[in-house]
Amino acid sequence: MNATIALAGNPNSGKTTLFNELTGARQHVGNYPGVTVEKKEGTYKQDDISLKIVDLPGTYSLTAYSLEEVVARDFLVQEKPETVIDIVDASNLERNLYLMLQFMELGIPVCMALNMIDVSEKRGIEIDTKKLSELLGIPVVPTIARTGKGKQELMKAAADLVGSNTKPLPLEISYGDDIDNALAEMEVMITDAMFLTQTYPARWTALKYLENDEQIRSIGDAKNPGLSAKLKKITDRVSSHISNTLNTYPEAVIADHRYGYIRSIIRQDVITYQQDQDRLRISDKIDRIVTNRFAGPLLMIAIIFGLYQFTFTYSETPVGWLESFFGWVGGIAETNLPDGLVKSLIISGIIDGVGGVLGFVPLIMFMFLGISLLEDSGYLARVAFMLDRVFRIFGLHGSSVMAFIVSGGIAGGCAVPGVMATRTLKSPKERLATLLTVPFMNCGAKLPVFVLLIAAFFAENKAMMMFIITLIAWGGALLAAKFLRMTVIKGASTPFIMELPPYHLPTFKGLAIHTWERTWQYIKKAGTVILGISIILWAMMTFPGLPETQTQIFEQQRQTLLSAAPSAVVAEIEAPDGKKDDETEISEPAQQLNDKLLAVDRVEAETALKHSIAGRFGTALEGLTQFAGFDWRTNIALVGGFAAKEVVVSTLGTAYSLGEVDPEEIGSLSDVLANDPGWNPLVAFSLIIFTIFYAPCFVAVVCIAREAGSWKWGAFSMVFNTVIAFILSITVYQIGSIIL
Amino acid sequence: MQKLGMRQMKKKQSGTITSILADGELGRRIRDMGLVPGTKIQIMGRAPLYDPVALRAMGFTLTLRNNEANYIIVEVEEAK
Repeated sequence: MNATIALAGNPNSGKTTLFNELTGARQHVGNYPGVTVEKKEGTYKQDDISLKIVDLPGTYSLTAYSLEEVVARDFLVQEKPETVIDIVDASNLERNLYLMLQFMELGIPVCMALNMIDVSEKRGIEIDTKKLSELLGIPVVPTIARTGKGKQELMKAAADLVGSNTKPLPLEISYGDDIDNALAEMEVMITDAMFLTQTYPARWTALKYLENDEQIRSIGDAKNPGLSAKLKKITDRVSSHISNTLNTYPEAVIADHRYGYIRSIIRQDVITYQQDQDRLRISDKIDRIVTNRFAGPLLMIAIIFGLYQFTFTYSETPVGWLESFFGWVGGIAETNLPDGLVKSLIISGIIDGVGGVLGFVPLIMFMFLGISLLEDSGYLARVAFMLDRVFRIFGLHGSSVMAFIVSGGIAGGCAVPGVMATRTLKSPKERLATLLTVPFMNCGAKLPVFVLLIAAFFAENKAMMMFIITLIAWGGALLAAKFLRMTVIKGASTPFIMELPPYHLPTFKGLAIHTWERTWQYIKKAGTVILGISIILWAMMTFPGLPETQTQIFEQQRQTLLSAAPSAVVAEIEAPDGKKDDETEISEPAQQLNDKLLAVDRVEAETALKHSIAGRFGTALEGLTQFAGFDWRTNIALVGGFAAKEVVVSTLGTAYSLGEVDPEEIGSLSDVLANDPGWNPLVAFSLIIFTIFYAPCFVAVVCIAREAGSWKWGAFSMVFNTVIAFILSITVYQIGSIIL
Repeated sequence: MQKLGMRQMKKKQSGTITSILADGELGRRIRDMGLVPGTKIQIMGRAPLYDPVALRAMGFTLTLRNNEANYIIVEVEEAK
């Protein structure tokens, strides 16, 4: 059997959990064509059944209200999956059936997974599944997605539905005389003209016209403007009649009748309550504390701070392992490769570049694990609830929280999915303000920069420093959003209606898949883009080489030093086993000579780097950036960061290892920075500020341009952010220099 | 029995929705969440800054802003 099954359902109905349970590791994540809504596909295999499963975005309805709803609806009517499994939260049957009813109105073969049946039973809700199935005329299978209970029966029911190969008649319910009469009239016109009947049932199209559905109306306008106008005329007539007699709108009347139909089903003894419904549930008890006026915000700060502690403490060991691993690989390359361009490319370009980035994978994994835990447990919705009042002040939406958090509001996200997450925001203005300011959040790629600088200069206060950095990012982003909403993007605010899902313990499987997906995306990016950029930057820092005349000057200096020294000392240094760097076995005078030679080498390397393309660029900018405390090396690194923020670290690594020829001193980059006279905590802090605010990486800029619908906004974000970053860094550095 | 805008309702107060005054997006969104005339609701509480409001309907919890709650008219039950 080769069929496609779509998983649909309300958000928080356990849809993703069931999808993971059904497909396990056999899944991959992509996008719906043309839009950035995530599309998860997988395969279910059991005995002789093999089914392709598509996870539709979670929606409450099938209107054209949000992009998720449009995507889900388009998939259903265009891709025509053989069967839809609607995942219904058993303790929430009434509201969940609203979506189910709309599938049935559309005439789609559907079966119901009555999920979280254990939770509803615990609450004393008993559902007569047989009766429910009879009344709705569809298969109903009780499931517990978290344990996988019922999944085989469910897939069996779905496979049977596919096998029966019958397309159900669209469900026709009465929406009251006014609407019913209009529907009948419109249905005849639609059927006669074969208007969109290939894709949609005639009565459904009529219903959508009455519901004021923008998408169907515009499709209709394009297909048959004449008929579309007639249908709209009928709609207007019905609207004004309903408005005059009932003082309401056709959509409201339709929705009321849908719920009326649902209630008429449920009241036929489908649900029996065993206990008093008003008894306090565990979630309510938790919320009493968690969203409490005083305890709530304190707890929120504590939880976010705890997430940092968790991430930094537990990732330390594996980060150390990876660092030593790449140090070891670098050492092997150093001893075994012949000196020259290839060696320099492999060590400075490849090993340092990739190692610098992969070294942070454990950190990112721990951070994502923590975020997934908060997200899946239901806590993040409480954060949105508590913070909405604050976000509205800045001209944003409570749902902006999600985009900010995904981007790194809880450090470790990524602005790319964050910018895409703004698609859930309906209001174009709040959405634009959000997607332009989310890149200020501390994404996973900025973390290595912060970690490096913190390790070098603020090692005693790691967690506190990260916390401060996060507060600065949030404050800056919110003020920038307010600024944008007052100037470039003015306008009023949109609805905030959100579910607070019951708390529950996330499943290990869900957390593992979630964490792995995000980490793998980071690694893929690191493995490909970063390697390429690392090599390009190595080339920029290597070519053009110093002219002959200059290398000769350095050579002369070395010769002068050697000839001035006693021959025994020279012999000791030049002896094959007495390498210049081997400090333990040579005499005091030889050591001194060696140091002098090394100093010459360093100056030569630095001169060479300054002479290179990157060096010239960095040096040219130094006149401006010196006010923020940055030298040309930092400038090179920051320019590299335009491509991707993690490159800042690998470039600094490359820049400094090129500047030090002594392989024993490759060490950890943070040690190098800590001991470099050009660096101090103030410079580091100024650089941290700059890194938070300056232009988003190239990938994010592309996303911003695409999401905002214009390259103008992509360019705007680069210029706007860099100007803000520069002003702030200069302020910090100049004021700091006066005070300290 | 007394009719009130949901905004005026106090914590723990419950009642039955009698009408939704909003149309367009806001109205659609409110209805999608099951807030239609006849639905019983109870105010669960308010966010630390007294806005948004959290309410219980049909066995789940949802939140809306005070200025949105204004559009929902509720016939409140007398305090027990």
